[in-house]
Amino acid sequence: MVVQLTGVQFSYERDCQKQLLDIAHWGVKRGERILIHGPSGAGKTTLLHIMSGLLTCTRGEVSVMDQRLDQMSVQQRDQFRANNIGCVFQRFNLIPYLNAIDNIGLAHSFSAGGSGQWRDEATALLSALMIDRGDWAKPASNLSMGQQQRVAIARALINSPALLIADEPTSSLDSDNRDNFLSLLMELIGKRDMTLIFVSHDMALAEHFTRLEALSEITQRPG
Amino acid sequence: MFLKVAVSSLVSRKGSAVMTLMAISVAIFVLLGIEQIRQQARESFASTVSGVDLIVGAKTGSLNLLLYSVFRIGSPTDNISWQAYREIADADDVAWTIPISLGDSHKGYRVVGTTEAFFKYFSFGKKRRLAFYKGEAFEGTFDAVLGSEVATALGYSMGTEVILAHGLASASFTKHDNQPFVVVGVLAPTGTPVDHTIHVRLEGIEAIHAGGSKVPIGAFAPANRPTTNFSEPESITAFMLGLKSRMSTFNVQRQINEFAGEPLMAILPGVALSELWQTMSIFENVLRLISALVLLAAVLGMGAVLLASIRERHQEIHLLRMMGASPFYLFCLVEMEALILCLLGMLLGGVCLYTALFVTGDAIFSRFGIYLDATLLTPEAALMLVVVLLATLVAAAVPSLKMYTSARNIT
Repeated sequence: MVVQLTGVQFSYERDCQKQLLDIAHWGVKRGERILIHGPSGAGKTTLLHIMSGLLTCTRGEVSVMDQRLDQMSVQQRDQFRANNIGCVFQRFNLIPYLNAIDNIGLAHSFSAGGSGQWRDEATALLSALMIDRGDWAKPASNLSMGQQQRVAIARALINSPALLIADEPTSSLDSDNRDNFLSLLMELIGKRDMTLIFVSHDMALAEHFTRLEALSEITQRPG
Repeated sequence: MFLKVAVSSLVSRKGSAVMTLMAISVAIFVLLGIEQIRQQARESFASTVSGVDLIVGAKTGSLNLLLYSVFRIGSPTDNISWQAYREIADADDVAWTIPISLGDSHKGYRVVGTTEAFFKYFSFGKKRRLAFYKGEAFEGTFDAVLGSEVATALGYSMGTEVILAHGLASASFTKHDNQPFVVVGVLAPTGTPVDHTIHVRLEGIEAIHAGGSKVPIGAFAPANRPTTNFSEPESITAFMLGLKSRMSTFNVQRQINEFAGEPLMAILPGVALSELWQTMSIFENVLRLISALVLLAAVLGMGAVLLASIRERHQEIHLLRMMGASPFYLFCLVEMEALILCLLGMLLGGVCLYTALFVTGDAIFSRFGIYLDATLLTPEAALMLVVVLLATLVAAAVPSLKMYTSARNIT
């Protein structure tokens, strides 16, 4: 199992009876491509943050790659995330004042060890993601939204994570860019045998995924 | 990569970064500039007199003796008789003496009666002898040698006639207008009270005070003719002396202090000068305080600018955390930005100061007599810069902590 949640409860407020998330048991197998959908404010992003170790659950066990995130220190979780989890968001996926190559290099710098040839890998990824060579050295803020989201895939994949988490990455793209983004993403993930957890409210994307989950079914709300 | 992120981040906020940088540069400029002036002022003050082993005058406070003999400030309490002077001057240990006779003035500038020994032995700064800008030392009874400031301020040059007045006021009623003095030399600038002084022979002073009756033969002779026969003055105000061996300094000082004939005292000019400087230490400390406050303002300003920027960097923080950056990394990032601003500010402020000193050095020297040697990185200045760096880190800790806490509490 890549992700395993057991008895996970989460609330932003302490001593709050009403839990935002309450998951008895939920898991993701290796190589799965899961689309989680649900209305906004339901806790999709929160769930992703818990799985990436950015938030800790109030109660319960969170395992990623068979490692217990809930038992790690903040520092250990940061290191674990850098090494094993790639993330792509709806927007602001790149440090705006760094160029594409440096954004990828920065992501690489947080991972432990890694190969010294990250630059070769970065250029290979950027080429595969159809970013023109002339745009590699431009500050990220000068790239189009479509370009930024594709560079974000390269940035998320540079450390060869086993798990890719995507939070509405296509919401700010037009339909052409969205299809382009999805097909490139799926191609790269397929090649690397990665697991994908993708959050979106857009059910039209469902055809690209191996498993569909409604957040309301994952989490059981008391009352 | 870390450094690159910090630099690019600052570059992306050019406007506020440049303004902050300028504030810090100005503060560094003021800090180092004041330090430089303070040190050089102290040094040039301490070397107002050099090469003189002892200054001798009537018994009084050592500061008083220093003030009237060297700085021409205040009045002597009493005179030294010519016999006592000769007795000490002829002692075995004494190599040379420079007698000084005060009491007259010209348009507010003090007149000093002395001998050729003054030009031969008096030195200032790092054992620099007096140099003549124009002309030469006095020879005749009514020859005068001007300090550089006197010559420029009054517009006098060679051959100008100078009428001395008794006392110090420029509008003194008692003028020795029966006998003008003639300028035969102008000294080069020294940055010491010598610049503000008119030097004449002891005989000249005697002659004008004697009036008609005791005027020595030949006193009314043309000024450029050497005058050899003059009546010895009854007394002088003070004298400086040089010893054959510095080893005997304290011995001679004690002998003079215990002089049997009349109450005399001898002071070591270096010691007295540093005592006098000590009394002005409040002035030094105020200068330092001002520069410290300017610096504090600049550093706090930088802290405020950085703190304001954290608010705009919320998404950046979130992204960095997702990429695996620890909250500590983000703390360090802000500290690094502050450090870069500070180091650049030091560089810029230092370069500006160096250039300013280089350009204005000569003007400052001739105007204030302070020689700024443009060696900025004295150990004291280096220590100050270290303190500045620490202050920067402390001031930047506030925005850095803000960054840390928002990195810690991602929602």
